[in-house]
Amino acid sequence: MSRVQNAAISSVRTVLGWVPDRWLPSGSPDPLIARQQEIGRPTSRVDGPLKASGRAPFVTETVLAGQTYATLIHSTITRGRILRLDSTAAEAAPGVLLVMTYRNMPRLGIVPMASLTNLGAAGNSALPIMQDPEVRYNGQVVAAVVAETQEQADHAATLVEIDYAQEPAATRFEDAKAGARTLTSILIERNHVSVGDAERELRSAVHAVDNVYRTPRHNHNAIELHGVVAAWDGDALLVHDSTQAIVPTANALASLFGVAKEKVRVISPYVGGGFGGKMMWDHQVVTVAAARLAGRPVRLRLTREGVYRIIGGRSPAEQRVAIGADADGRFAAMIHTGYSVMPPYGRFPEQYTLGTRAAYRSKSFEIIQRHVDLDIVPNTFMRTPGETIGAFAVESAVDELAHVMDLDPVELRLRNLPDRHPLSGQPFSQHAVHQAWTDGAERFGWSRRQAKPGTVRDGEWLTGLGCGAGSFPYARMPGANVRLTLRRDGSAEVSTAAHEMGMGTATVQAQHAADRLGLPLEQITVTLGDSALVAAPIAGGSSQTVSLVAGLSAAADDLRDELLRLAGPDSPIAGLKAAEVRLADGGLVSVADPARHDGYREILARAGRDEVTVTAAGSPPLEMLKYSMHSSSAIFCELRVSAVTGEVRVDRLLGSFDCGTILNPKTAAGQLRGGMIMGLGSALTEETLFDERTGRIMNPSLADYHIPAHLDVPPIEVMWTGIPDPRTPMGARGIGELGTPGVAAAIANAVFNATGKRVRELPITLDKLL
Amino acid sequence: MDITVNGTAVAPPDDARVSLLDMLRDHLHLTGTKVGCNQGACGACTVLIDGRRVLSCLTLAAQAAGREVTTIEGLDPHPLQAAFVERDGLQCGYCTPGQICAAAAMIDEVRAGVPSYVTADLSAESVPFSRDEVRERMSGNLCRCGAHNGIVDAILEVADGSTV
Repeated sequence: MSRVQNAAISSVRTVLGWVPDRWLPSGSPDPLIARQQEIGRPTSRVDGPLKASGRAPFVTETVLAGQTYATLIHSTITRGRILRLDSTAAEAAPGVLLVMTYRNMPRLGIVPMASLTNLGAAGNSALPIMQDPEVRYNGQVVAAVVAETQEQADHAATLVEIDYAQEPAATRFEDAKAGARTLTSILIERNHVSVGDAERELRSAVHAVDNVYRTPRHNHNAIELHGVVAAWDGDALLVHDSTQAIVPTANALASLFGVAKEKVRVISPYVGGGFGGKMMWDHQVVTVAAARLAGRPVRLRLTREGVYRIIGGRSPAEQRVAIGADADGRFAAMIHTGYSVMPPYGRFPEQYTLGTRAAYRSKSFEIIQRHVDLDIVPNTFMRTPGETIGAFAVESAVDELAHVMDLDPVELRLRNLPDRHPLSGQPFSQHAVHQAWTDGAERFGWSRRQAKPGTVRDGEWLTGLGCGAGSFPYARMPGANVRLTLRRDGSAEVSTAAHEMGMGTATVQAQHAADRLGLPLEQITVTLGDSALVAAPIAGGSSQTVSLVAGLSAAADDLRDELLRLAGPDSPIAGLKAAEVRLADGGLVSVADPARHDGYREILARAGRDEVTVTAAGSPPLEMLKYSMHSSSAIFCELRVSAVTGEVRVDRLLGSFDCGTILNPKTAAGQLRGGMIMGLGSALTEETLFDERTGRIMNPSLADYHIPAHLDVPPIEVMWTGIPDPRTPMGARGIGELGTPGVAAAIANAVFNATGKRVRELPITLDKLL
Repeated sequence: MDITVNGTAVAPPDDARVSLLDMLRDHLHLTGTKVGCNQGACGACTVLIDGRRVLSCLTLAAQAAGREVTTIEGLDPHPLQAAFVERDGLQCGYCTPGQICAAAAMIDEVRAGVPSYVTADLSAESVPFSRDEVRERMSGNLCRCGAHNGIVDAILEVADGSTV
């Protein structure tokens, strides 16, 4: 986040630009790209039957001997302090074991703040947790009640009396803009980008648009509520959690509670949806502390309201996008600036301008993000942070420019696609955006679109077509360890402390292991979700799959070396060096002469071994710094708007993606559709309503925060170029977040095409169309 | 009066505040029934009482006395389960048991000719099994991962076939 960081990253990129690919650990394309067997098949989820029968274990189903139940009490004011807290009646209520407040909560430090690469940190808030009587945001945890049953705890929580002294709070976005901060960098990118004089270019451009786009707060709303079960045994801590940061949570709890890392175990085999919301927040800390004070295992399950109160979501934002173009539509100015909320005790900058830097060529750029400070629960990453709202603004603006120019919006985009990174000049690792657009437009039937808005009507319904682009950067995390065990019966186990929250992690890594080892899919088992396994990074940034592919690939190399040693002088491959063999067909095979083959079973039998185990981590992800690596999408939408009620019904969505190798078309289609559906929600219905007078969230409920329901979701078609990225493991890039960006713009642009009304503020509710 | 849960008689809980959902999950350890909101808004806790779908979070356990409760464990194995897996009508799997319980009862509702908001002819004796009918009737079961298309495909496959 500093100038030093900006300079360091810039230097590394420059140096790597001169380094030949073959010198990098990930320099030559993964040979498995050309030898796919199981990879690329539409295999059904290996854990599907377990989930469909209700037998997949989620966190709050854990029952430990002597388990107790906790309920949280949330502050009803925004800023101030607790004047009086009377827990006498609650403590006397039946079954109550403990009322924990700032008075008796163990004295703890600050939770180590999450970062993408730090396996010791997972926090979202730098505020103290129940350490003093101060209230710093509305809904903050002020007490926890622990009882023998959930009903007893819930009831006793209603008996705790709290009086507050209120103080003025910063709750109004517009007022806070005057004190906005300007960070030096946004994640690992320089915040302020200025190329040429964009304002002057805009003024002198033949065609120009210049508008402000507003997006509201969003909440992740995973259907599974956050939950924790914590138990102490001496100084050993067992935590069942629902988390996308298993190892970082274990390490952070160890440092917070002053015990050795190896004394903390976090188990989280199945996560009922994460989307960025299931990192480390106050509830884990409170539950672990309560378990220590109560001397019994404690289960806490947040209420749905509690999730809204203490788990932050996507920041609201106000973005200015101005584009100037010459007579042919070539961009001369791209200006993208704006404000979002990030309190000083938060960490997540809502990087809505990062996508803009790589999306289009322009003669000049002016890009900067500013952050306003409010007294709120800190915001965090939510599926496709930054790009979701950034693409809404930029892709609406591109559509507005196309309309001004009377040019087809697909054509306008194609005229401005870059052939290398527009700012850094770095080459793209793989970039077939043009193909994604043209293939998608053809499949969708884009040529049916009437350019003049409001001209297609059937009864009360106005029909419109719209499109928008999306992108998401490639990321691979360092520190993805994989343990690989090959057994004498020809089976193999892959294990790592990684996460399954619906991405199909076990399924895809089993497919990968089958191909990497040359074994049948049925011979592979994948074990995840336990910090006692070898360490893996967080599931975030759509990086887990490629990170694990790299780890497993490194482990397979080590296994090859180990088997070569074990094979001995009687082996058909005796005398060959590591580079001269590969793992295939259930054994080691000579690359030059495939007839020379030694099976795993035979090697282990001869060596008298039941199994061989190796552990390795993926190579450092230097490809991220040498190349510009992005996945891209072209999103198309057809919808109807009622001329009577303003109701919008989306009839069709199509996503055309350029995202490297598709490892499993069935689960990939599900993830891409899922991302698109979250984009659909953001376009039409989703908004965390925030009372700017009081600082309190007004709709902490799935009844009042509308996520898409079945009738809102049309059939969604997805397609992809399928071109492998030669710089990534298996040629793959992450797809968990790619589906969302571009969807809200495609919908807003289709609404304009249907009605002639341009809505620049999400969600596009009925009132904005009447 | 006992509650029959998946064919087994159980005594209602002593504490009258216990919801059917918490009785199933915390007392009987039938944890296939999920809790997503405890507000009757998400459908994850859907179970069948006397064959009709109900939200177990909004139902007191005592209200089920003398009645037959069927959970996902009681439905298992059901053709919808295999169809959900084959059509990828799930991702994280948390809403899945509720979706399947709701779908099982919903299929019976359509077969019984019960109309919905999207049914064109309210007086018709039979209701068609269309994609729109399924989407409307399943809208009380939220899915955040976005498996909607697969869920509807799976239900249509089972409802159209002879497997139910």
